Amino acid sequence: MPLERMFKNWVAFRKSGQVGDEYQTHKDYRWGMSIDLDKCIGCQTCVTACYAENNLAVVGKERFDRDLGMHWMRIERYFDTGADIAQGEKPEDSFPEKGIQFIPMMCQQCEHAPCEPVCPVAATYHTPDGLNAQVYNRCIGSRYCSNNCPYKVRYFNFYSYYSSWPSPLEQQLNPDISVRDKGVMEKCTFCVQRIRQAKNQAKNEHRKVRDGEIQTACQQACPTQAIVFGNLEDADSRVAKNWKKEQMAFGHTEAEGHEKETGRGYRTLEDLNTEPSVMYLKRVRDTDV
Amino acid sequence: MEEEIRKDIAWAQINRDVLDSMMAPRKTYWVIIALCLSIVSVGVYAEIHQYNTGMGEAQLNRPQMWGLYIANFIFWVGVSHAGTLLSAALFLTNTEWRRPVYRSAEAMTSVALLTAAIFPVIHLGRVWDLYWVLPYPNERGLWPNFRSPLLWDMAAIFTYLTSSMLFLYYGMIPDLAISRDNARGWRRRLYGWMALGWAGTDRQWRNFRKGYLLLACFLLPLAVSVHSIVASDFAMSIMPGWHVTSLPPYFVAGALYSGCAAIITLYIILRHTFRYEEYLTLPILDKLCKLTFAIAMIWVYLNLIEFASVWYGHDMYEKEVLIEKAMGPYAPFWWAMIILGFGLPFILVIKKVRRNMIALIITSMLINIIMWLERWMIVSPTLARNHEPFSWGYHWPGWVELSITLASFAWFTMLFLIFVKIFPSISMYEVKEMLYHRRHVSDRLVRDLPETESVPVKE
Repeated sequence: MPLERMFKNWVAFRKSGQVGDEYQTHKDYRWGMSIDLDKCIGCQTCVTACYAENNLAVVGKERFDRDLGMHWMRIERYFDTGADIAQGEKPEDSFPEKGIQFIPMMCQQCEHAPCEPVCPVAATYHTPDGLNAQVYNRCIGSRYCSNNCPYKVRYFNFYSYYSSWPSPLEQQLNPDISVRDKGVMEKCTFCVQRIRQAKNQAKNEHRKVRDGEIQTACQQACPTQAIVFGNLEDADSRVAKNWKKEQMAFGHTEAEGHEKETGRGYRTLEDLNTEPSVMYLKRVRDTDV
Repeated sequence: MEEEIRKDIAWAQINRDVLDSMMAPRKTYWVIIALCLSIVSVGVYAEIHQYNTGMGEAQLNRPQMWGLYIANFIFWVGVSHAGTLLSAALFLTNTEWRRPVYRSAEAMTSVALLTAAIFPVIHLGRVWDLYWVLPYPNERGLWPNFRSPLLWDMAAIFTYLTSSMLFLYYGMIPDLAISRDNARGWRRRLYGWMALGWAGTDRQWRNFRKGYLLLACFLLPLAVSVHSIVASDFAMSIMPGWHVTSLPPYFVAGALYSGCAAIITLYIILRHTFRYEEYLTLPILDKLCKLTFAIAMIWVYLNLIEFASVWYGHDMYEKEVLIEKAMGPYAPFWWAMIILGFGLPFILVIKKVRRNMIALIITSMLINIIMWLERWMIVSPTLARNHEPFSWGYHWPGWVELSITLASFAWFTMLFLIFVKIFPSISMYEVKEMLYHRRHVSDRLVRDLPETESVPVKE
């Protein structure tokens, strides 16, 4: 009974993500990521890799301008003004600005994903291994999920994009993942086809998936190794170590004090309690050190 | 008061006047129908184009996943509110002046809901899979997501549509019997079938009264809940500007506001085209205006507390959205909505305006345009200033959305016009009751009849 469970674990229920095995069964796997912004050079290789791996449609210049691009991963640019706003300096007063900040933004695979409860047909749901899955075949295109996504990382097929792959380019499509037609929402899956493949292999060999066995396309392509992907339930994995080092855990918001003096780790829009599975490491500028 | 319904009007005269309105219409009627049909066909063309090409034709984009369709949806659900809600509420409070108005108001409800129901469908990316939101049993054991406000929405709209149509039809049965007795040809067959063998016996009237009361009691809370549920589409999300506790009452107040204005518009049009001056009298219009004013003030108040809570709540995102509304590219529409929406109802305070048809029709239409803008200003600015600055963006409707929007107005008008030609648009039996009551029960109180009326009439 969900109600009983709610009352039994009331404190835990209020504090997201700590409800225990009953609520979210992450027995063996919980996929997570850490991205070091200090290493990110904004080269967009991850974006390209994502296009190639996930059969992302190329929408063309005109439609891209209309914000219809289908890039599951995008490099966001923010211009750091260098003004100390806390000291009352205005951004326009400081010149030259410090330069661009890059942040690769993709689906954060929130543990408490705002997109999941709003889908009328349950086309988006949470998998036991912590992924925020999107079932293309079930999607009817109400687009509520994208509206409710604080990261705006859900991409809608506003048109049919068959023409993205004029013959013989359709030959280079990844056979492990479907090509989506118009009217369907899609988003980053943490390269779920690779995860499934590795899990199947591990199952056949009667073992668990080893750290490093799965690489997401963006991670694989990143020239500076800024992206680390792995199993957060496995304490020895690189990503779990990264998380631990930064004292990052589910169920703790920034206000509750994982932000230590030394830590660089943060999760985006944490105050919304979405519990993202992606941790970013702040950029440290030479001038700041 | 002057211009009340004549006390000595004959029952047969009432029948004749109302039944005449259903007979051969004037030329202008056909002109308007033709005009509406052509606009609707443009809308249908736009929808076919969008269906074939993709939702991108609606000029939506990534932050702006919802646009005018959803705004239209809220608007039409809102318009639908005043009819049934007011009819039921005024019935339960025994308000006498409701009697000549309520039929057309309820018809407006059903017609507006039929218009509203189109929009969630049009707006879907894969319309052909619409039935997936229905909880139908299937071999794969797939169910819709009952946590989704969209599902509640669908359930609420269908419930409201069926029950308000039932209410409309139920209240019409005695009138359908009158029509049956006076009609020939297909009309006689239709009314005969629909009147369900109404003979006006004592027992029938008794049961009819009870049933009507029951339906009214059921509809009143239902109508309030429907727009609250539409509001939860927004309030249940986490988006700044949508995630507001006061949104459901705000929606209901806004719905009543626009609905009352729509009733005034239709009232004047009906009064003029069908020469209903005898029945749709000025004192009733006067009361409708006062009601509109009162509801407008509730709406203004809810607006103000929303701003205040955003401003004093110091939520960064919420504030950003409010500032965006006031200073961003949508500012002209927003300010028009605020200034006119707050200011216009005040001219209804002036008695001269309440008696001036032209002033009233302009005011009521303006109020509806403003309320339409209000719905758009709920949907778009929030998405324009979402949590993620990199994804900020605007949505400006293109020809597809605009023509479908226009077509919805034409569709509404067309359905309403068809309704008033097929069914009696004034409740004959209730007007008679009202007059009977006035003649025999409260003869001394003719002058201020509505306030003192409290005893239900028995025939």
